[in-house]
Amino acid sequence: MRKLKLFALPYILWMVVFTVLPMFLIVYYAFTNAPGNSAPTLEHFFKAIDPMYMKILLRSIWIAFLCTALCLLLGYPVAFLLARARNGAVWSLFFILPMWMNFLLRTYAWMSILENTGILNSLFVAMGLGQMELLYNENAVILGMVYNFLPFMILPIYTNLQKQDVSLLEAAQDLGCNGWRVFTRVTLPLSMPGVVSGITMVFMPAVTTFAISRLLSGGKFMLFGDIIEQQYLSTGNWNVGSMLSLIMLAIILLSMGLMGRFGSDTKDGGGML
Amino acid sequence: MSNQDALIEIRDVCKLFTDDGDEKQAVDHISLTIRRHEFVTLLGPSGCGKTTTLRMIAGFETPTSGAIYIDGKDVSAVPPYKRKVNTVFQRYALFPHLNVADNIAFGLTVKKLPKDVIAQKVDAMLRMVGLQGYNKRKVTSLSGGEQQRVAIARALVNEPEVLLLDEPLGALDLKKRKEMQIELKNMQQKLGITFVYVTHDQEEALTMSDTVVVMRGGTIQQVGTPQDIYNEPRNRFVADFIGESNIIDGIMPEDERVVIGDVSLDCVDKGFAPNEPVDVVIRPEDIYIVTQSDKGQFKGTVESVVFKGVHYEMQVRDTAGFLWLIQDTSMFAEGMEVGLIVRPEDIHIMRKSDDPNAAVYREEEAL
Ligand SMILES: Nc1ncnc2c1ncn2[C@@H]1O[C@H](COP(=O)(O)OP(=O)(O)OP(=O)(O)O)[C@@H](O)[C@H]1O
Ligand SMILES: [Mg+2]
Repeated sequence: MRKLKLFALPYILWMVVFTVLPMFLIVYYAFTNAPGNSAPTLEHFFKAIDPMYMKILLRSIWIAFLCTALCLLLGYPVAFLLARARNGAVWSLFFILPMWMNFLLRTYAWMSILENTGILNSLFVAMGLGQMELLYNENAVILGMVYNFLPFMILPIYTNLQKQDVSLLEAAQDLGCNGWRVFTRVTLPLSMPGVVSGITMVFMPAVTTFAISRLLSGGKFMLFGDIIEQQYLSTGNWNVGSMLSLIMLAIILLSMGLMGRFGSDTKDGGGML
Repeated sequence: MSNQDALIEIRDVCKLFTDDGDEKQAVDHISLTIRRHEFVTLLGPSGCGKTTTLRMIAGFETPTSGAIYIDGKDVSAVPPYKRKVNTVFQRYALFPHLNVADNIAFGLTVKKLPKDVIAQKVDAMLRMVGLQGYNKRKVTSLSGGEQQRVAIARALVNEPEVLLLDEPLGALDLKKRKEMQIELKNMQQKLGITFVYVTHDQEEALTMSDTVVVMRGGTIQQVGTPQDIYNEPRNRFVADFIGESNIIDGIMPEDERVVIGDVSLDCVDKGFAPNEPVDVVIRPEDIYIVTQSDKGQFKGTVESVVFKGVHYEMQVRDTAGFLWLIQDTSMFAEGMEVGLIVRPEDIHIMRKSDDPNAAVYREEEAL
């Protein structure tokens, strides 16, 4: 036991310095006028719930929701095909490899594809379709987010589908299910834990996204993550920034709680993962 | 066997698995007719193709050549979900996301039967397998024996013409297994459903079946009633696989006479060529031991004695050097000089040429 504790020390230290301490500072900054005045105050909270910020918050949640839905719609079939393919493990590398590249690099890559003088538009012009405004709008932002977060949807679902017991699928066929019914009555319900973790893993980063949205919208359109970034880096109002961060954190915890409950419900049904 | 009694006909079926250039002949030219209401058991050692045969009847594998007929119709093009066949899988394959009642109701809900009819049938099934009141239980919380009953109920509730069972009792302890053997047999007789049962336990096969199909290396060695298979094994492999036996080389100089070494014995078999070499099978319980060694047909010395509960199992080395396995209710001490007597009707003669694998055994024995 003592030895174990000793090994845990660096980790505990790391947690304290880089997680607990910053957390504490954020709370402290959010409810005081630090660094000047350490008297508790709620004024930053009232500033933070300004309708302008709340509108952006709602939009962020909406965009994250859209992004998660699109990832699910695209990711489930991909995961299904990968799980059924002969060399699924090899093919899945194509979806994992880009994850090893920095997301900013990948976002810049998309910019060069979507630009007015970019690859797609050159193609359109060559085909006589004329130039289209592809970059710097909401669709470009959603595209970038879906692209960046899709692997986080595919992987947990793929893992789940791959582990599913083939004899269960055969049992369903034996009891009268055709291919589609086998899917809706056995494969899909059994894959719910994978779907739940996929949704969680996409929604969390999506709702806190910054940079991707700023770059692909050309700064035209801000998400909540961008607002927080702005409060710290350009406006220099750390107190309001901290309060906004806390609001974001509350939302994440809330949605995680909801997903957790949903996830454990499906687990009660005897799911895997 | 009248042909309209035939429910399943397997005609010259082969199954060749090809995995990355690796070829495996899992089933090798088998033909078999299964009659309505029959309890047929596929029996054989691990890897002999029992599961593969069953899966071809269910439709999960397609024969490489040959055809399977159910109710007189070639089912090659019929997918599993359209066959009037249900399966109890080797490891049950219960749906973990459904409770006991929903598992049993699965096939009925696929057929979209009315809810109250389904509930009624499920309850009746639960009663039959002795699990009343288990409706809402999670299948993952059941014991092996209970899961097995649910698997049987889930298949039987669809009132299939044929129930395929792949080693359904494999995971149960000996006592439970014996109980379930009797229950399954009773169910089969009560419902009048055709059972195709897979096992590698010869005792189980002999207890439950109307017909036993002994398989080896993808081929059928013998088809017959349990009595036939036990008393008249067609070749050395069957004799060896079904119960313990003494298998000795012999020669038939004439009808109803066999010579083993320099001992000449009366027997009841005939129709062999003069001086044809044969395999002679004598079951351990069919050999009588007498204390006066000259009164026996064979003379020998007891080499070992093991108490087996109902009887003693003794090994006796005869003067020609053959080691006999003998079961007797009385004990003969180690080192005792004894005589052995066999009645003519307990001697079974098998043609060596009836045994397609004869050469293989000799190789195996030489190893
Ligand atoms: N899908 C498959 N691909 C390749 N080979 C297979 C496949 N299924 C079965 N085999 C091979 O075919 C042979 C027969 O297998 P099968 O499962 O029918 O045996 P079995 O008699 O049921 O054995 P057991 O008593 O161990 O269950 C085995 O050698 C097995 O390795
Ligand atoms: Mg098997």
